Amino acid sequence: MNITLRVWRQKGKADEGRMVTYKVEDVSPDMSFLEMLDVLNEKLTVSGDDPIAFDHDCREGICGACGVVINGVSHGPEVTTTCQLHMRSFKDGDTIDVEPWRAKAFPVIKDLVVDRGSFDRIIQAGGYISAPTGTAPDAHAAPIPKTDADRAFDAATCIGCGACVAACPNASGMLFTAAKVTHLGLLPQGQPERAARVVKMVNQHDEEDFGGCTNIGECAAVCPKGIPLDTISQLNKDLLGALATGNL
Amino acid sequence: MTELYIEGDPIRDEKAPEGPIEQRWDKRRFSAKLVNPANRRKLSVIIVGTGLAGASAAATLGEAGYNVKSFCYQDSPRRAHSIAAQGGINAAKNYRNDGDSIYRLFYDTVKGGDFRSRESNVYRLAQVSVEIIDQCVAQGVPFAREYGGLLDNRSFGGVQVSRTFYARGQTGQQLLIGAYQALERQIAAGSVEMHTRHEMLELIVVDGKARGVIVRDMVSGEIETHFADAVVLASGGYGNVFFLSTNAMGCNVTATWRAHRKGALFANPCYTQIHPTCIPVSGDYQSKLTLMSESLRNDGRIWVPKEGGDTRDPREIPEEERDYYLERIYPAFGNLVPRDIASRAAKNVCDEGRGVGPGGLGVYLDFADAIKRMGRSTVEAKYGNLFDMYQRITGENPYELPMRIYPAVHYTMGGLWVDYDLQSNIPGLFVTGEANFSDHGANRLGASALMQGLADGYFVLPNTINDYLADGPFEKVDETHPEAKEAADSVRERIDTLLSINGTRTVDSFHKELGHIMWDYCGMERSDEGLRKAISRIRELRDEFWQNVKVTGTNEELNQALERAGRVADFFELAELMCVDALARAESCGGHFRAESQTEDGEALRNDAEFAYVSAWEFAGTGQRPVLHKEALEYEYVEMKQRSYK
Amino acid sequence: MALKSAMAVTGLVLVLFLIAHMYGNLMIFGGQEVFDNYSHHLRELGEPMLPYAGTLWIIRIVLLASVLIHAYSAFVLWARAKRATSVGGQRYHSSKNRTGVQRSYASFTMRWGGIVVLLFVIFHILHLTTNNIAPGGPSSSPYERVVHGFQIWWVVLVYVIAMAAVGFHLRHGIWSATQTLGQNKASRQRTINLVATAIAVVLTLGFLVPPFSVLFGLVG
Repeated sequence: MNITLRVWRQKGKADEGRMVTYKVEDVSPDMSFLEMLDVLNEKLTVSGDDPIAFDHDCREGICGACGVVINGVSHGPEVTTTCQLHMRSFKDGDTIDVEPWRAKAFPVIKDLVVDRGSFDRIIQAGGYISAPTGTAPDAHAAPIPKTDADRAFDAATCIGCGACVAACPNASGMLFTAAKVTHLGLLPQGQPERAARVVKMVNQHDEEDFGGCTNIGECAAVCPKGIPLDTISQLNKDLLGALATGNL
Repeated sequence: MTELYIEGDPIRDEKAPEGPIEQRWDKRRFSAKLVNPANRRKLSVIIVGTGLAGASAAATLGEAGYNVKSFCYQDSPRRAHSIAAQGGINAAKNYRNDGDSIYRLFYDTVKGGDFRSRESNVYRLAQVSVEIIDQCVAQGVPFAREYGGLLDNRSFGGVQVSRTFYARGQTGQQLLIGAYQALERQIAAGSVEMHTRHEMLELIVVDGKARGVIVRDMVSGEIETHFADAVVLASGGYGNVFFLSTNAMGCNVTATWRAHRKGALFANPCYTQIHPTCIPVSGDYQSKLTLMSESLRNDGRIWVPKEGGDTRDPREIPEEERDYYLERIYPAFGNLVPRDIASRAAKNVCDEGRGVGPGGLGVYLDFADAIKRMGRSTVEAKYGNLFDMYQRITGENPYELPMRIYPAVHYTMGGLWVDYDLQSNIPGLFVTGEANFSDHGANRLGASALMQGLADGYFVLPNTINDYLADGPFEKVDETHPEAKEAADSVRERIDTLLSINGTRTVDSFHKELGHIMWDYCGMERSDEGLRKAISRIRELRDEFWQNVKVTGTNEELNQALERAGRVADFFELAELMCVDALARAESCGGHFRAESQTEDGEALRNDAEFAYVSAWEFAGTGQRPVLHKEALEYEYVEMKQRSYK
Repeated sequence: MALKSAMAVTGLVLVLFLIAHMYGNLMIFGGQEVFDNYSHHLRELGEPMLPYAGTLWIIRIVLLASVLIHAYSAFVLWARAKRATSVGGQRYHSSKNRTGVQRSYASFTMRWGGIVVLLFVIFHILHLTTNNIAPGGPSSSPYERVVHGFQIWWVVLVYVIAMAAVGFHLRHGIWSATQTLGQNKASRQRTINLVATAIAVVLTLGFLVPPFSVLFGLVG
């Protein structure tokens, strides 16, 4: 296949960026999207041009490092991570637009690489259970109904890639925040900090300049891990409960 | 062989206590000096890497009150490659009442390691395993549960008890997120200072003690110097020396290799684990290999055509023209033989020209019988997510066509040499997780990498590092200290060199070629002749690298080519040492199969009389022969036996 | 977050009001007497506990407060969203996904549609409540105000546009409020969306029946 790429190039944080067009020839349909970029980068390097910078690591869809907006959709046309997207999802002769996640809370560092430190700071604000090493009771001390454990697990599969923010018209980080609130809030171990957690995490979310939730569900629709939209409802419920009981 | 290395004095682990094995860890914890809480605030620890071993150690030491500085090359500590572990984590909880015990886990692990690990370490690992599960559950790790609300277990990798705790196929992710959250909590509390997108490029040793690191800020290119009273390397394994592996793209050996160059011994570098069930390579653009859980071998049947060059649709090859080679050679275990045996058998049939798929590097893993026997819906319930993953990557439907699989490099048992305290031979330099060599011997059992990483980080290191720190705080050093200056200057010089060569070949092209050499000669089967050939080719390629590599851009920016160039440069040096180690170990054991050391019917032949030792290599200088120090292994509890799966 | 909840609660108050309002409007089919009596009765509601028009004023104050809070929250959140998506220039250059992956058309109309509704409400009060704007001639009879106004095509057109905006606003707004108030669950999501659509359609049509009936001479 032959592909035309329009890629966002931006030298550094403070520089202006622009879309640049590249041709990539002899693309195998079995290549992953990132391998196609590798091939382009090899060519650019040999000809003395700066290769395109993009984040990636495990390339098996679990670390959450990779992620670009492809033809306007986070992670592209399949609901999966960019590293698990393969070129067979495109046609010979296609023009593909490749852009970084765009949000105030995710400033571009270079080309397609953005700074997602804001997500870490949301977790720092309260996305944990305080259980210092060595203080734990026996693992069987508190049985957890399977349905709760499963739902907590589903929420806990979030990989923190940021696709939800990139897809949200308001650049809200609510699905990410809600996934953690739901994961920890459903477990008995998470109860003591439940009310304080949701308030602190939402405050941090707002402080990081994420937008408010639109409730339109674009986030869940592009989530490679299928984090359901109702986790945001769960977060709202917890938040209202917390506010009602005076956790401000 | 003296033209390749020199044999030095034997070494031994001075820290493991004597006496009954079940009391040794208690004894050591009691004899280790303590640091009182008020003094901990005056002590600092640098931790490189935020995988299970690094994040758990940083969180725990932060909780204890030490000043911790944590570094990772990723944009967030949550992305460390521990996250990709699928299967599970072992623990001797005996929740199934199926006869499991600490002793049995210890026994299985020593045996699984093919009698090349230390009894004391492995026993401690089994002891601590129990606490890990408690700790993780308390943190909110959503392990799989039964309807009664209690934790579920499954059996794994050829053991006879069910002791593996799991969270669907994402156990590593859930455990890492648990450790990551504990770490983030300490960052918020101010006890851990986190440096993401920072890569360690040099170790600073002052007066014989590890006192700091040189790191590069991967965004600005700034070369920074950080000091502490102790340095912990939790930087993972070096499987990417093969270019294609199941490791993340960024996994590298630089942190441990730089420490090795500063004097830390590198132990058993040739022990690599090759996992049998990975998705095969589809073309030369391939950047990484993806593992599929071993559990597929429970119901899938592995075969190749009897005749080479058979390009028919696999469904049209009649039964009598198929060779179910594992069932044929190993009737007792069949498709469930251990990883190393399954991998080598696949290689053998492909070497005979009977491999399938592009390049003939693949064997069929066929579920047609399983679907006939259990029905498609049962197969889907059991393996659906794996089948989906396979289909996403290959574009083939495994319910219709047999899957194609091939072995891939997965884990490296070797690493920096450490004593019972997880301290290397450089005082103040501690090494945890996959980065050290300690607990798996020559072969790692399934579901025990996660166990070791968390054991080291949560429970072992925090109980041993105090013995060293109790003598601190050490003399204050700053950037003007000659050792620190030398380290920083050498890093800058290296970067300048890489940027100034301006040759014609990309970093990846060198890395791929190095990977091919390693895979061909230091992969599933090694021979004297092949290893010698590999060493000379590695040297040639390394010379070419330093003359002809092309790294564009500058240091003062995010420069991914420069990052990779530095890592590949270190892989070249490691690769040579791996081959030398493989050459020196003229026996077959665990993940190391020497063609010269096999039984009449082609099985691995261990040589306990000559090789029951740990090979700890000392760096003697660039271009100098490395020095081999042997640590003898003694078995008081487990009797050494040859493995047999026939 | 408090802003979102405030929007949800005030939004739902306004939905309840609209349902009552539509019910009232449909009384127009009872003729002038029924309709004017109903309108007069609203003012007597709560007497003698409350003075004349007391209840009505309480309702008016609640509604006004709701509208103000709703609009204020909306503008603040709008500003926040603008800040959150301000990346120096166009957010995304690709034009291949302008309509979203799955979002409803209604979700695009919330902000400008909301402004249309707000402007309409002002017009509507000036027209039928205070009668400052009196197309077709002023009257003291509410019934006549309605009939006079809706005999004119452009007045009906204004109402059609406004009601379409209201319909879309409700379609997304009702669903959104449920989610904001934490009442959504995966198992309920379909039902909530159906209910939101149903309320939106019924209210839009319900409000449009009287004007068209007047226009086509079925009433008056």
